[in-house]
Amino acid sequence: MTITELEAPLRPPQRASRLTLAQRESIWGYAFISPWMFGFLTLTLVPVIATLVFTFLNLRLNQQQPVRFVGFDNYVTMLNDPRAWDALFVTLRFAAIALPIGLILPFSLALLLNSSYLRGSRYFQALFFMPYIIPFVAALFAWGSMLNPEAGWLNGLLEIFGLEGPDWLNDPGWVYPGLVLIGLWGIGSAVIVNLAGLQNVPTELYDAARVDGAGWWKSLRHVTLPLMSPVIFYSVTLGTVGVLQYFLVPLVLNSGTGRPAGATYFFNIYVYNTFFSFQNMSYGATLAWLLFVVILACTLVLFWSARFWVYYAGETK
Amino acid sequence: MAGEAQLVGVPELQSTAASAEREKRRRRPFDGRSLLVTSFTIILLAFFLSPLLRTLSLSLKSADQITTIGAPIWPADPATFEWEGREYDVYVVPIEGTNRELALVDKGRQESGFIDPADPDAGIITWQGSWRALEQPWEFAPRWGNFAEVWTRINFPRLLFNTAALAAIGGLGTIVSCTLVAYGFARFRFRGRGFLFLLLLSTIFLPAAVTLIPTYTIFVNLGWVGTWLPLLVPAFFANAYDVFLLRQYFLTIPRELDDAAKIDGAGPFRILTSIIVPSSWPVIVAVAIFHLVYSWNLYFEPLIYLSTAPELAPIALGLSQFNNIYGSEPQYIQAATLMTIVIPMIIFVFAQRAFMRGIVITGVEK
Repeated sequence: MTITELEAPLRPPQRASRLTLAQRESIWGYAFISPWMFGFLTLTLVPVIATLVFTFLNLRLNQQQPVRFVGFDNYVTMLNDPRAWDALFVTLRFAAIALPIGLILPFSLALLLNSSYLRGSRYFQALFFMPYIIPFVAALFAWGSMLNPEAGWLNGLLEIFGLEGPDWLNDPGWVYPGLVLIGLWGIGSAVIVNLAGLQNVPTELYDAARVDGAGWWKSLRHVTLPLMSPVIFYSVTLGTVGVLQYFLVPLVLNSGTGRPAGATYFFNIYVYNTFFSFQNMSYGATLAWLLFVVILACTLVLFWSARFWVYYAGETK
Repeated sequence: MAGEAQLVGVPELQSTAASAEREKRRRRPFDGRSLLVTSFTIILLAFFLSPLLRTLSLSLKSADQITTIGAPIWPADPATFEWEGREYDVYVVPIEGTNRELALVDKGRQESGFIDPADPDAGIITWQGSWRALEQPWEFAPRWGNFAEVWTRINFPRLLFNTAALAAIGGLGTIVSCTLVAYGFARFRFRGRGFLFLLLLSTIFLPAAVTLIPTYTIFVNLGWVGTWLPLLVPAFFANAYDVFLLRQYFLTIPRELDDAAKIDGAGPFRILTSIIVPSSWPVIVAVAIFHLVYSWNLYFEPLIYLSTAPELAPIALGLSQFNNIYGSEPQYIQAATLMTIVIPMIIFVFAQRAFMRGIVITGVEK
């Protein structure tokens, strides 16, 4: 309507005729993706390069000394900084617990919701998904209160079974399971993605497996898992990238102090503190760059490994 | 639940296998195994959602109840009885083998005087023993006033307005920019299209920490700290998830429709507004809801960019700051938590189908 009327004077006929159809299509294409290209350049590409440049300088948030080139000083500091490696280790230890749970739990729940024995599956799907929309700060307070050692319901439940519940969020040995529970309401989207994957497995394959004498476990192992491998790959990759950056919940929970006993001093907490509390931009940038390299390495290994275990149905056709 | 009629499951990707499976499910008789699986799922769901119930219960309690050991888990007050113009606490008194609920009118060390609320004229009943060892019966007494208290203490209308404004402006920016970009990737051939699309998707894997420090510096130098601009402007430059979602959907719209419009003299913008957008409402709605949930979750960006302007903070940040001040009053924290959840919850009930379909498209097809 009005938009097409506006278009006309922008492209005078004599100029348009000089362009081929393909050229004109390219120009339109670039024009339409230009919002992203501009954003990518200014908010992604330039900052990524700037972060790298910062690592070779002595920038501070409250710059007092003149800015100068310090070579690899920040990298040497990082290599000799026990806090950086502790924070990385804390992050990897949490990942070792949270990542497998984050894969197995949604998958199992999707299997359950996909079971033909389950009545009212659609209602259950919606209800298991629903807490996904709850803001994480609200989920943190709801579950945090649930995990309260005296008044919380979880320890009350354990008491019924004769077990003494731990002080979840203040015991370094229990804080990771506690954080996993706090994050439990976020599994909704993974459940839905797994469920959609399961529903895409052709029933004929299960029938064929049954004819060949495969039981529940064997058809899970040899039919479901291979056909679900693209979904699993997606979950592993995004889960890894996410868990290595994990820090919002501990930031709200302990204001970045790492309580209890440094168990929640995650790598990103250290980056955040270095930048905003210690005001050391260049060193913060160096730490951020290390995290980037670790994440990039994990992603590349995962993508490389995909050829051995991820099965795309389209490939054989 | 009123919304149940609208709770519909994941839209299966249309295939005969899936519909055959559904057909089979419908015909399976309800037997012992169904009962077992369904009961197990109900127990699991009860555990999964129990914090919501606890939040609700706690938000309605009085401060006294929370600090009283042995108080019930539902909101309640100790029972009282008014007698001769004064209020007396009611206790469970064991008299002659039966427990009677009596009002304590005369407190004593070795013996106390009670009256029976059911029959006050019968006079004072004396009971031997320490009244401190007696239990009080509880009466259901929800403190709805907790919500009113939080409403003013946290300045809830302000937080709600901020969050809604951020969701609306940012949502508009996201929808417009992502639609344009997705349309560019879906319908036009240009050099480097494949590479650029891959580049777009790869930003999902980029840790935010790598861009944070220069981005913060840029926004400081632009003078945008203390305003909503650092939270809103990036939304106008599209993002990988929503572009992917929209592009996948646009690809399913037959090109013949474009061609027909082209013959009628429509330009690319006209095709976008008259063909692509009208046939894509379900995904556009999904993008809008994604952004709404995102806005209700906004915490980190406001934390660093609005530290000098607390009156502009959105709800998630407001809630965490409220907790820092009133952490010792759990009933108010839980009431505020519930108030934070309520709007996303309402939106979910009405739009969960579009929402879940959006997640399936971004999750399965990538």
